[in-house]
Amino acid sequence: MANGMKEIGRHSLSLYVSNKPGVLNRITQVFSRRGYNIDSLVVSETQDPRFSRMNIVASGDRETLEQILKQLNKLVDVIHAKDYSFEDVIQKELVLFKIDCTAEVRTEALQICDAFKARTVDLSADTLTVEVTGTTEKLDAMKTMFEPFGIRELVRTGKVLMARGKAAT
Amino acid sequence: MAVKKSTGAEVLVDILIEEGVEFIFGLPGGSTIPVFDALVDKRIRLILTRHEQGAVHMADGYARATGKTAVVLVTSGPGATNTVTGLLTALMDSVPMVVICGQTPSSSLGLDAFQEADTSGITYPVVKHSYLLKDPADLPRVVKEAFYLAGTGRPGPVLIDLPKDISAALLEYGGKEDGRDFHLPGYVVPTRGDEEAIGRAARLLGEAKRPLVLVGHGAVISNASPELKALIETMQIPVVNTLLGKGAFPETHPLNLGMLGMHGTAYANKAVIECDLIMSVGSRWDDRIVGRYDEFCPAAMKIHIDIDPAEIDKVVKVDVGIIGDAKTVLAQMLPLLEPGDTADWVKRVGRFRREYPLKYKKEGKLRAQHVMEELYRLCDGKAVVVTDVGQHQMWAAQYMLADSGNNWISSGGAGTMGFGLPAAIGAQLGRPGEPVVAIVGDGGFQMTLAELATAGIAKLPIKIVVINNHYLGMVRQWQNLFYDERYSGVDLEGNPDFVKLAQSYGLKGFRITRPADIRRVLKAAMDYNEGPCLIDAEVEKHDNVFPIVPAGAALRNMILEPPKRKLEKPTGGT
Repeated sequence: MANGMKEIGRHSLSLYVSNKPGVLNRITQVFSRRGYNIDSLVVSETQDPRFSRMNIVASGDRETLEQILKQLNKLVDVIHAKDYSFEDVIQKELVLFKIDCTAEVRTEALQICDAFKARTVDLSADTLTVEVTGTTEKLDAMKTMFEPFGIRELVRTGKVLMARGKAAT
Repeated sequence: MAVKKSTGAEVLVDILIEEGVEFIFGLPGGSTIPVFDALVDKRIRLILTRHEQGAVHMADGYARATGKTAVVLVTSGPGATNTVTGLLTALMDSVPMVVICGQTPSSSLGLDAFQEADTSGITYPVVKHSYLLKDPADLPRVVKEAFYLAGTGRPGPVLIDLPKDISAALLEYGGKEDGRDFHLPGYVVPTRGDEEAIGRAARLLGEAKRPLVLVGHGAVISNASPELKALIETMQIPVVNTLLGKGAFPETHPLNLGMLGMHGTAYANKAVIECDLIMSVGSRWDDRIVGRYDEFCPAAMKIHIDIDPAEIDKVVKVDVGIIGDAKTVLAQMLPLLEPGDTADWVKRVGRFRREYPLKYKKEGKLRAQHVMEELYRLCDGKAVVVTDVGQHQMWAAQYMLADSGNNWISSGGAGTMGFGLPAAIGAQLGRPGEPVVAIVGDGGFQMTLAELATAGIAKLPIKIVVINNHYLGMVRQWQNLFYDERYSGVDLEGNPDFVKLAQSYGLKGFRITRPADIRRVLKAAMDYNEGPCLIDAEVEKHDNVFPIVPAGAALRNMILEPPKRKLEKPTGGT
């Protein structure tokens, strides 16, 4: 295969790691060394406080990503790292939107919220702030709908994922 | 019974002794004074180096010469940062090492204290694993885990960042069993390979018409020589080895074609080009041996045995990947082997060997190759050969054949200039009574030559052969061959008189300037055993290493002798 014909995609990784200082550095260096950008990153303690779960979304070619996964699994502090991009798993992300919203357009904005099952968390004379959870695609769609209003601020948690049923992530 | 309390430093040294450590290579500083204090009363030998880089390379040479995990002890800040090159060298070449760095007291961490550096942060990319000790109670477990991690699986350097308050703290140490409760759920040491994959590999080896075994450093590290020999001789398969795989299968064996790759023998490379199966035993298909990945043996079946799962399919995609310890995997494979008919193939590679021998002119000016050939003969092929990095390293690889893996020590992956002398000191300490030869270039030697003092104090009978061409020869060679002879930054004008330099350190100095001197001077140097000696070999300044495969080119583009026409700049690699 000629150079430049690499398959670029967005990948969702789940890592089970030691809950210790420095672990995040070791992990991000595996990406940065290869010039790979991390699109989103979620780290939190698991049910066992000795371990953390990391969910990382990163874009790039699949071959480099496979190398990254192998190098991640090689780290002593990484119990396992896996790419869930092509598996049916539960995926969620939360976003807060703060949009320009005066009384004239409020009904329209709230209708959009309704359609996306978003919840109003703050309201002022000029703004509307809502929270919504769902897949990345749903949140992207909602962002498109809000753009004409003027998005003042947007914050996303990054994707979290979990295997379905009894399967361990 | 109450357990006696000791300082963290004393416990550390006790554990080093328990682990069988004979030497500590290092240099003190404010944050390591408690540990150096503890060394005064303990039965462990401190080798005081002149620079921390020297300490790490010495430890490296010791580890490679003995197979044991070596220990380095340096201070915080600049002491720790001076180890970075040595850590990279050890990581790239899978060398077991525990590097203990002093650190500012925990209460000052992050406050820009005197000689504080974020040692962990700086070294994450160049260690197998590392620890920052925050609680004295963790010290026994951390030190023991460090040894376990450094020496098992694919070996590598492990760093312990040791704040001064931890080494000074009093703690109860319960002895050998204390701290053995490792919790390393993310660390797996592969041993046995997958039976099915090994069966497939054995079948393919038997079916191949033109099989080849590629021997790498992994075969040396896992002591796989007996199994390798059994496999090669049973199956009658020719062998090529990497720079660091030298000796795992004897290079004087009729089936061994020597080193392959950029400066490998023409016959080894021709065998690689023509083979219909290649099995790597502990080699990682480095760019220096493969050339262009997409043109490397495109038609050959590829089998890869490696202890590191991340190496399988990393650069060369293989038909059979076997994750496991080389020695164990080969032992599993041996009973499954059914020899095929390789007689024609063995004959053919034998013809390559006769038709394309390594060659150079022995008359006229002094040639580095000539010095090495004589040196090899004088040592009867039994010396531990340690090199630096550059042209002399490649000539040494070509002419100093190794029949045992631990007799060849060189910085391969990192290509660290300055490695040779300190590594030879470590090797000689680990193998007293055996001849140790350091072959260095005038460029690399000057990067760590202060360790002449270290060698002199210990009265180590190392023979330091300086291949002195007054150039950074490998770069000069590239500028000569590929950059229209536009020499830039390669002239080492200002070199000292190396014989006088040696004498100023109290060492014996010799000089070779003519081919006729070689044997006599080398013999005198070999017979001198009261301490180190240096042999300044004033060689032809404009010599180039051949064969050469231009970086990033396929092996078939190998150049065997000085070209008559202008060559293009290599585009695909460094």
